[in-house]
Amino acid sequence: MKLLRVLAALCVIPVALPVLALLPAAAAGSGDLWPHLLRFVLPQALLESILLLAGVGMLVVTVGAGCAWLVSCYRFPGRKLFTGALMLPLALPTYVAAYAWLDVLHPAGPVQMALRRALGITDPRAIPLPEIRSLGGCVMVMGMVLFPYVYLAARAAFQTQGADALRAGRSAGAGGWLLFRRIGLPMARPAIAAGTALALLETLNDVGASEFLGVRTLTVSVYVTWITRSSLEGAAQIALLLLLLVGVVMLLERQGHRPGAHEAAHPARPELQPLKLPAALAATLFCAVPVLLGFVIPVAYLVWAAWQRIAQFGLPPDLGQWIGNSAFLAGLATLLALGCALLLAFTARRDRTAAEPGRAGVMLLRFGMLGYALPGGVAAVGLIIAFGGIDAALDPLGHWAPPLLSGSLAAVVLAYAIRFLAIPAGGLEAAYARLRREVDWSACAAGAGEARLFWRIHLPLLLPALSAAALLLFLDAMKELPATLLLRPLNTETLATALYAEAARGTYENGAIAALMLVLIGLPPILLLAMARRFFPAEAQPGRGLRMALAAGLPGMARPRKP
Amino acid sequence: MFLRPFCAVLGGLSLLLGAQLAQAAEVNLYTTREPALVKPLLDRFTEQTGTVVNTVFVQGGLAERLAAEGARSPADVAMVVDVGNLMELVDRNLSQPVESAALSAAVPAGLRAPDGRWFALSTRARAIYASRERISEADAARLTYEDLADPRFKGRVCIRSGQHPYNTALFSFLLVKHGESWLRDYLTALKGNLARRASGGDREVARDILAGLCDVGVANTYYVGLMLSGRGGDEQRRWGQAIRTVLPASGTMVNLSGAVVARHAPNRAEAVKLLEFLVSPEAQQLYAEANFEYPVRPDAALHPIVAGFGTLAVGDVPLPEIAAQRVRASRIVDEVGFDQ
Repeated sequence: MKLLRVLAALCVIPVALPVLALLPAAAAGSGDLWPHLLRFVLPQALLESILLLAGVGMLVVTVGAGCAWLVSCYRFPGRKLFTGALMLPLALPTYVAAYAWLDVLHPAGPVQMALRRALGITDPRAIPLPEIRSLGGCVMVMGMVLFPYVYLAARAAFQTQGADALRAGRSAGAGGWLLFRRIGLPMARPAIAAGTALALLETLNDVGASEFLGVRTLTVSVYVTWITRSSLEGAAQIALLLLLLVGVVMLLERQGHRPGAHEAAHPARPELQPLKLPAALAATLFCAVPVLLGFVIPVAYLVWAAWQRIAQFGLPPDLGQWIGNSAFLAGLATLLALGCALLLAFTARRDRTAAEPGRAGVMLLRFGMLGYALPGGVAAVGLIIAFGGIDAALDPLGHWAPPLLSGSLAAVVLAYAIRFLAIPAGGLEAAYARLRREVDWSACAAGAGEARLFWRIHLPLLLPALSAAALLLFLDAMKELPATLLLRPLNTETLATALYAEAARGTYENGAIAALMLVLIGLPPILLLAMARRFFPAEAQPGRGLRMALAAGLPGMARPRKP
Repeated sequence: MFLRPFCAVLGGLSLLLGAQLAQAAEVNLYTTREPALVKPLLDRFTEQTGTVVNTVFVQGGLAERLAAEGARSPADVAMVVDVGNLMELVDRNLSQPVESAALSAAVPAGLRAPDGRWFALSTRARAIYASRERISEADAARLTYEDLADPRFKGRVCIRSGQHPYNTALFSFLLVKHGESWLRDYLTALKGNLARRASGGDREVARDILAGLCDVGVANTYYVGLMLSGRGGDEQRRWGQAIRTVLPASGTMVNLSGAVVARHAPNRAEAVKLLEFLVSPEAQQLYAEANFEYPVRPDAALHPIVAGFGTLAVGDVPLPEIAAQRVRASRIVDEVGFDQ
């Protein structure tokens, strides 16, 4: 147990790096900047951030949990298709969606032109469609891209627990809305909260989409303070305050999340209930709209824009390299972060199931999630300062030039792992919460050691949560921009940096090919995950955990030895 | 037996970490200029000299990276857009003085540091875009930045975020010309004239003028070249055709792209050679054609589209002064709530 805790602590230390590196800058003071910020910048930024978060939060919960409920509990036309398709928006970076939507909905764009042609109107101002460059537009764009975080988490919760509760509810005469509100929602609350937290942190961290659509959030203020107000000190101060705020919110959210409260007694999938015609159509529509808005329309735009470029100039000669670099870096980071997260989650679990339950493991796990709460660009600056410091400490005489860590691939991988550790850590924590503690107790009583408990019992049972986390992690790492831009070595482009190189000079449609590749590479893992659910139903089999626990304790019984 | 996986891990590590094999002649470039713009130039340099150019395109944080890497930094040349970013490299002592007759001869005095700590490589003007349809040629020709705050443009102006470096540079230029309280009134009135929230990029000004959302706006000159050249397709050519590009005769605000030799450049000689190449007639020509900018060499020819914008009367505020007043201008942008 002690060793576990030490290892877990070692895993978490790098997460503190960017924050530690920024502390001196923040402590250095920013002159008379704060009175100015407090008076003219932060109140408005805070208000816009809160409105944006509230809007996106409501949208992702409604769409994510609603769709998850429908595909988990009912049979309606297209259900199978939607089960997978509702994950697709994950492959799209929010800022790409913002560019795409502006082009699609602009008065000089295809929708309004077609509309005017159909109605025989020539004045572009004649049709007063809502402006996408607004808070509402930003909520729509981000909500439609980010809802899968909630969808994935909620669906896992609906499918692995409470078939009994649902059956009971149904036989008591409850149906539809009541069933969802009184049984489904409370049951999946921790999962929905975890998914929403990811979506909201992503919203809070976003700069590209908000800035382009004219929404001045706190994170946009951090950037403007750093770049335009030329004060890294001020930017670091706002960012750290923001981090504090997020930390408090995360702790509060967990207060209601008592260990054991949501363990499923008999995990099983709910039976699908067929829907009759009007309701079935409504369900199809409810699931189709987010897929259309969050994926089909923006990607159709990308395909069109990419096709125009390919027809004119062919494929970019370095495309293969970009893809290779993106997949390599994201893959490595996924492995690293998954490993750390498993260690952290297992430590927290052991702490909880110990004879005298402890908090150390849980605290470490929480702390490991803070990397996600720092705005990407600020985290990147913190990391480059930290890596510079490490290089100097490792090699005080300056023999190694170029430096070992700064501007290396390892720096990029480490940055991804630090930033996105929250994804697998949160996912695994939620999965452990659904796993009965008796499983551990029985295994230990039957004589299984820690290693055996982990490898033979936990790991197979965690596989669904683990693969979902791996997918989110991989996609997020592929889409990551600020740290990749700042930390990567010479002559190394990824899909995200190649796309940004065009977006930065305003010609974002030239990045369409890279953006489309980003989406295409994201598709196989998404499809794999959608299909894999059928192949590892471990979580869904009642009593399997306990049987495995008992088997694991008996040497030689779990697996026949080879001669 | 035991050593083989160990060696594999070590090999993998050295691939991941910064260790790189030394090559013949090379020069390392950190740039905030987009790769597509500089690549043709760098390829030509390598062709001529045999020196390989390794690049990394960075946006915000180039100065932080240079500073964090310190004496170990592999960077030889840093190339940035916007005078404020260039001055930051100089102010934070991340550049070094360079003495070169070729550079001094090619770059006019106002566009380089007297001690060779920075050099401009190209310039771009902050222009006024005016609708061809709704603003007469004669009216357009007389437009000034100051006019945009005039009540006659109520609800007719488009511009990107007031905190974007391109705009803070323009507002800093106006601040030096007219003073702080004038700028405050000006920005308040300009905000009152906006047709939409300050957002998007420079090109959206042209597109929004085409769409009839607004009639005038502020944006950089080279975007017009990109649009009119048809490189972005016919649709974008229509955006460009919807506007006239006005270079205010009373003095146009000009910004720059430029470069420095990094303070700890390991390949200093090659770095100076690269800068000299970038201001050579051939490279300046390439620059002008690749991105429709104004070359710094007085004898280099303009691209026909750029020449079509008319005479460029550069405003008489020195570039370092614009850079110095930028933060003050950005604060006034906040104070009047320009972006809200």
